[in-house]
Amino acid sequence: MGAAPEPTPGRRLSGARAAMALFIARRLLWTLVLLVAISAITFLLFHLLPAADPAVARAGRQPTPEQVAAIREQLGLDRPWYVQLGDYVRGVFLEFDLGHSFINEAPVGELVGDRLPNTLALIAGAAVVWLLAALVVGTVSATRPGSRADRLLMLGALVAISAPVYWLGLVSLYLFSSDLGVLPLLPGSGAYDTADGVLEKAGALVLPWIVLATSFAAIYARLLRSGLREALSEDYVRTARAKGLSERRVVLAHALPAAVTPLVTVLGMDLGILVGGAILTETVFGIDGIGRLAFEAVQRGDLATIQGTTLVLAAAVALMNLVVDLLYAVIDPRVRR
Amino acid sequence: MALLEVRDLAVGFDTEDGRVRAVDGVSFDVDQGGALGIVGESGSGKSVTALTLLGLTRARNADITGSVAFAGRELLGAPERELRQVRGGEIGIVFQDPLSSLHPLKTVGAQLVEAHRAHRDVSRAAARERAAELLDLVGIRDARRRLDSYPHELSGGMRQRVMIAMAVINEPRLLIADEPTTALDVTVQAALLDLLRRLRRELGMALLLVSHDLAVVAQLCDEIAVMYAGRIVERGPTATLLEEPEHPYTWGLLGSIPRLDRPRARRLQPIPGRPPSAIDRPSGCAFHPRCPYARDEHRRRGPPLVPADPEADQGHQVACLLGRSARRALWAALRDGGDPEEAMRRAGLADAGEGRA
Amino acid sequence: MSEPLLSARNLAVELGGRRVVDGVDLYIREGETLGIVGESGCGKTTTARLLLRLLDPTAGAIRWRGRELVGLKRKELAPFRRETAMVFQDPYASLNPRKTVGAIIGAPLSIHADPPDRAARRRRVQELMEMVGLNPEHHNRMPHEFSGGERQRIGLARAIALRPRLLVADEPVSALDVSIQAQILNLLDDLRRELGLTLVLIAHDLAVVRHLCDRVAVMQEGRIVEAADADTLFTTPRHPHTRALLDAVPRLQRAGAQAG
Repeated sequence: MGAAPEPTPGRRLSGARAAMALFIARRLLWTLVLLVAISAITFLLFHLLPAADPAVARAGRQPTPEQVAAIREQLGLDRPWYVQLGDYVRGVFLEFDLGHSFINEAPVGELVGDRLPNTLALIAGAAVVWLLAALVVGTVSATRPGSRADRLLMLGALVAISAPVYWLGLVSLYLFSSDLGVLPLLPGSGAYDTADGVLEKAGALVLPWIVLATSFAAIYARLLRSGLREALSEDYVRTARAKGLSERRVVLAHALPAAVTPLVTVLGMDLGILVGGAILTETVFGIDGIGRLAFEAVQRGDLATIQGTTLVLAAAVALMNLVVDLLYAVIDPRVRR
Repeated sequence: MALLEVRDLAVGFDTEDGRVRAVDGVSFDVDQGGALGIVGESGSGKSVTALTLLGLTRARNADITGSVAFAGRELLGAPERELRQVRGGEIGIVFQDPLSSLHPLKTVGAQLVEAHRAHRDVSRAAARERAAELLDLVGIRDARRRLDSYPHELSGGMRQRVMIAMAVINEPRLLIADEPTTALDVTVQAALLDLLRRLRRELGMALLLVSHDLAVVAQLCDEIAVMYAGRIVERGPTATLLEEPEHPYTWGLLGSIPRLDRPRARRLQPIPGRPPSAIDRPSGCAFHPRCPYARDEHRRRGPPLVPADPEADQGHQVACLLGRSARRALWAALRDGGDPEEAMRRAGLADAGEGRA
Repeated sequence: MSEPLLSARNLAVELGGRRVVDGVDLYIREGETLGIVGESGCGKTTTARLLLRLLDPTAGAIRWRGRELVGLKRKELAPFRRETAMVFQDPYASLNPRKTVGAIIGAPLSIHADPPDRAARRRRVQELMEMVGLNPEHHNRMPHEFSGGERQRIGLARAIALRPRLLVADEPVSALDVSIQAQILNLLDDLRRELGLTLVLIAHDLAVVRHLCDRVAVMQEGRIVEAADADTLFTTPRHPHTRALLDAVPRLQRAGAQAG
C-alpha cells in the first residue's frame, strides 16, 4: 500500500541518525523542564499547603521562639513566596542545595548524597535478580502453557506477589541470617553498615536483594508469560518457523524481544519509585538508604528532609522515564521517527 | 513420481464451538516444476491445507491424518528436526500479510541472512551478499542499502517481494504461496505475479498457490483444484476448468465473477446461501443446500472425487452425483449466460428442484 | 444536461499535511450510477466522505440540487443528510455490536420519527429486511449472529430506511467471498432500480465497477485522471493510469491465452 516513492536509502540512513539525535535531544530537554517543574511544585506543596508557620515546621519538635525567629531569618521566610520559589529552584539546580535540616543538623543534600549509593546498590542488585528470575520463569511458563510446570510456577508467582515484603524479610532473616537464623548462610540485619569493601557489602546485600526482588519477579514473570504467549501467536513467529529455525531461536530471538517492551515500561516506573520507596526492606535489614531517611524524617517532622527526599524521588522517576523512552527507541525502530 | 503427493489429508481441531474438520480428505499432486492452484472461499480449508503441509497450523491439538510425501519422504509425523530442514530449505512459503509476517524489530537484511544461514553453512558476510542478490532478483532497487531497512519503512508490494526473496533464498524445489497478493493493489499484484512466473522459470521451482481469486490462479497455474467445505470438488487443467467445468460450485464461482471480457451489465448468477460452517457440515454432498440442481439423494450420499470422463485421461476429476451428460448439458446452457432455472429446463432436468434446503 | 443531483468543483482536503484530495471535479446525475476507482491512497474514500459532508474540505464547492453545501452549519445540512446515505466496507465494524439488528435498521427511523408511531416503524423495519433478503423474524438477533454478507444487507437496509435519493457505497463487497459478492451486487442493482436511487460506488475492483456503473471516474493521487461512461472507459481508456489498471487485472483465462 502507498504509492509514494521511497527516498533513496542512503539519504534516509543518515536521516535516521539525525532523527535519533533529535529525538534524544528533545527528550533530554523535556526532562530538564520537567525537573524544574517538579522542584517548583515540590516547593509550593511544602510552602503553601501546610497551615503551620513554615519556620515552626522546620524547627522540629518544641522549638523555642528564638530558634524559630533565627530559622525564619536564615531561610528568608518572610519574603514573598515567588521570590522564595525562585531562590529554591535556583538553589537546587545551580548549587544542588536541597535545603538544610535543622533536626539532623546537616544540609539535606549531604544527607541524601550519603545514602543514595546504598539505595542504588540495593535496588540495582534486586532488579538484576528479579529480571533474571522473571525471564527464566516467564519463558518456561510461556513455552509450556497449561503444563504442570506452568501451573506450579504461576501459582508460586501468585504467592510471591501476595507475601508482604516485611514478612518475607523477617522470615528470611529467621531462616538464613548468620546471627539468628535457623540455617545461618548469609549476613543478617545491620550487616551492610558494618561491611567493608565491595565484596563484603555485596554479600550483605544478597538477602535484601532476594527479598526485595521476590514480588517483582513474580509480577514480571506473569507479565512476560502473557507477552510471550501473545508474541508466539504472531505471524512473524510463524514465518520464523517456516524458515526452518530451531524452536529455541524462534522463542529467544524472535518472540522474546517483542514481548519485552511492556516490561521495560514497568521497570522504569518501578525503579524510579524504589529510589525513595524501598523503606521496608531498608528498615528490616538495617540499610541506611533514602527510603529509611524519608521515613525517619516523617516520624520526626523534619520538613526540610521530607521536601528534599520528595524531590529526589520525583526526579528519579522522571529520569527513569527518560531512560525508558530512550531504550524504546533503541529496541523498536518504529518509534524512532 | 510427483514432487509433492498428498493423500487423504484431513485436519481437525477442537474449538469451543465443537469439533471442526477444516480439511476433510484431500488428495493432490504437484509435479516437479509444475504449478497447482487451490481455489476456495472462506471455510473451504485451503489455507489450512497449505499450512499443514509444513506442520505450521497454529492449533496445538490439531488432529492430522493422511500422507504428505515430498520427494518421496513422508512429512506428516516426521520429527521436528527433519521438518525444519525442509522448511525454508526445500520448501519455501509466502504468507498473506507481509507487514505482520515480517519481524518488526529486525532489518530486512538480518531476516534474509537468518533464512539463508539456517540451511547453508556460510559466513555472515557471504550470507549478506546472497541476501543482496536476492533482493535484486525480486526487483528491489538499491538492494545493498535496502538490507538495512526495517519492514515498516517499505511499501506493501516491496514487503511482499522481501517475503518472496526470503522464501526462495535457498532455491527451494517447491514454493507455497498462501494468498500472496490479496492485500495488495491490482498493479502491485500484477507485478508480483510476473515475479512469481519469472522465478518459476529461472529457478525451475514448483508452485502451490492458494487463493480465493480464480483469475490469479488461472494466470499462474497449470492445474486448478477447487475446494469446498474441506474437500476438493473439482480438479483439472486450467483451460479445462475454465472452459469445461463440471461441478455446480465451479459454475457458480464462474457465474459470480464480473468479467472484463464479457458484455457489461449482464446479471451475475450468484450462488444462493452462504459457505457452510466448518462445524456443522451438511450431510451427503456438502454443496447440496446451495446447489440449484440437487436431488433428494444428494442429501444422503457424498460424491467421491472421480474422473469426469472415465474414458478420457484422468486429469480432470469431479465430485458430483449428477451424471456426465446432465452436467455437460447444464454447462452448455449456463456458459451463455443462462440462469440455473433456464439451464435446467434446457437440459431437461426440470423436476430436479428438491433437495435445496 | 439537467442540473446534476450532486456536483463538486475543485474539491480538496488536506489531512496530516498531505493533500489527500487535490482538486476534484465531478458530478452525478439523478438516477445514474457513478463508479470511482483507484488504488489505495488515491483519495476515493476521502472524496466520498467529502461529498457526503462527513468531512470538511479545505477548498472547493459542493452543490446538492443546485444548493451550496460547504459552509453550512449542521442544522442546515439536516435535509441533505436525510436524502443521502452511506454503506461501508467492513461489515464487522460498521454495525453496533450491542444493538439488535432491528434497532440498528430502525435507528434512522426513530431519529427522524418517520413514521411517527412505533408499530409503524417496526413494520417498516420488517419491510426493509425483506427488501434486502433478510428474514424479518430475525430482527431481535445481534450482529455477531450474522455472516459478513448478511451484515452488509443489514447495513444496506439501514441505509435505505429513509428512502434516500443518493446512496454512496464504499467498497461494499471487498471484504466478502466471491459468491456473496455477487449476491450483494445484484441486491444493490435491484434496490437501485426499485427505489430509483442514484448510486456512487467506490471500489478498487474494476470489473465490479464496470458491471454496475454507467459512468466511471479514475483517481490517482488525489485527482481524477479520467472520467467517462463505462463502455468508453473500458474499451478505449485514454489515461496511462487507467490503462495500467486495466492491464493489471488478471483475466480469467489460461495465461498465454490473453490477447493483450
